[in-house]
Amino acid sequence: MTHPGRAHDILAKLIVQSATKSLSLPAALCAACVADLPMSGAAIVLQSIAGLDRVVAATEGIATVVEELQFELGEGPGVDALKQDGPVLRSDLRSANARWPMFAPAARAAGVEAAFALPLHVGGIHLGVLDLYRDTPGGLIDGILSEALAYAEAATAVLLHLQALSHPSGGLHPQLTGFAADRAEIHQATGMISAQAEVTLVEALLLLRARSYSTNRTMLEVSRDVLGRRIRFHPDSDSENA
Amino acid sequence: MHDQAGRTQGSELGKRAHMTRQERVTQVFVELADTLVVGFDVIDFLHTLVERSVELLAADAAGLMLADQQGRLEVVAASSEEARVLELFELQSSQGPCMDCFTTGEPLVNIDVAQMADRWPLFAGAAIQAGYRSAHALPLRLRGQVIGAMNLFCIAETPLSPDDVALGQGMADIATIGLLQQRRALEHDILTEQLQAALNTRIVIEQAKGVLSERAAISLGEAFALLRAQARRTQQTLTATAYAVLDGTIGVNDLQAR
Repeated sequence: MTHPGRAHDILAKLIVQSATKSLSLPAALCAACVADLPMSGAAIVLQSIAGLDRVVAATEGIATVVEELQFELGEGPGVDALKQDGPVLRSDLRSANARWPMFAPAARAAGVEAAFALPLHVGGIHLGVLDLYRDTPGGLIDGILSEALAYAEAATAVLLHLQALSHPSGGLHPQLTGFAADRAEIHQATGMISAQAEVTLVEALLLLRARSYSTNRTMLEVSRDVLGRRIRFHPDSDSENA
Repeated sequence: MHDQAGRTQGSELGKRAHMTRQERVTQVFVELADTLVVGFDVIDFLHTLVERSVELLAADAAGLMLADQQGRLEVVAASSEEARVLELFELQSSQGPCMDCFTTGEPLVNIDVAQMADRWPLFAGAAIQAGYRSAHALPLRLRGQVIGAMNLFCIAETPLSPDDVALGQGMADIATIGLLQQRRALEHDILTEQLQAALNTRIVIEQAKGVLSERAAISLGEAFALLRAQARRTQQTLTATAYAVLDGTIGVNDLQAR
């Protein structure tokens, strides 16, 4: 589907921009998506055992805001793209309330009218997604989809390249650590909740997310209350003893 | 992309002198990037790399060594025949900046005559005879391993600035994008696994701290200390120990019974 060699052209351009504008390669890629595609925002998000939790790069503005929403709410185009193992293309978020009852209205309130997610995959394994957002409705027509897929291919190459520069047993390459605050407190709280409620870590994260949504607070705020032992989760219930 | 490169190549050479350094740096990266795109040839690419490194870093010669499958270094590119001979001499005498840089993985910069004579007497003799008074070596890295090194030689003892070193390293790092494309599927699978492991490690450790902190009613700091002590005692990695805590293989009592 992708024009052969197009991802290489993109890669070459990114190398130049990253070297001359002091941008990380992932940041240069997101900037190029917004410059070259009819998009208002772009983000590269990596998947871990805690879901799509590492925003490696995002353009300023709506992409940054909406990625935070996607993690907090646990739903959105990127989440679905990984779940269904293929691109998710929503050209009009007004008709997406059934699919994303929490994410769609929140994203629209943040100024996003169309959202697209392309999986970043190596063989059968998904590393994460390239999320694209625009502030007006509209689909990926006239070759834009194939161009966007070339950007996703280039993003995968960038991720592997940066890993190639790192020590295998070491941490992440500095360009991959992401600009968003790391979510250490959320992961610690997830561990505590799983011990308190006697559930798996995946379920514990869901409990944390549900509590944060139902009390209209961020997951970080709720996590801090868990860590400060001001909130407890009990087996067979997500009720708390304040 | 190609239009841009085409224009720069088409411009008369005289313009180069009027270009600012930043413009020239941009142009070189465009050229390197284009070399990667059009029918990539490793040796051709590495030659472009050493030639442009000489130019941009105000060096007089450069050579590049890569490790073969058995980990033995060989000279794959040099900016001049003189430089190639000096690199070969370095290999044969098993001493010199490239060898040390390859062994340690650390850049060596601004090595003057006195330091050369002190560290590598044989190499120093050959370098001085060839007219060089300072040397630098930058590592080439792939998958966390040092796969080679680039030597730069200068006739004058003009030190490289930190910016110069960063630029040189940036150029050396580009080489790995090209080399990666040559290695294909297996390499990609390994890198994918490593990247996923690196992403999960931090999370698993934080989660295990949370679990222990709750089960043993201790602080997160104390939980981390327990985790580390257990890892040391059983000679496992911190990550493996954290996974064992999370899947219940290691209970709180195992950790406290020390």
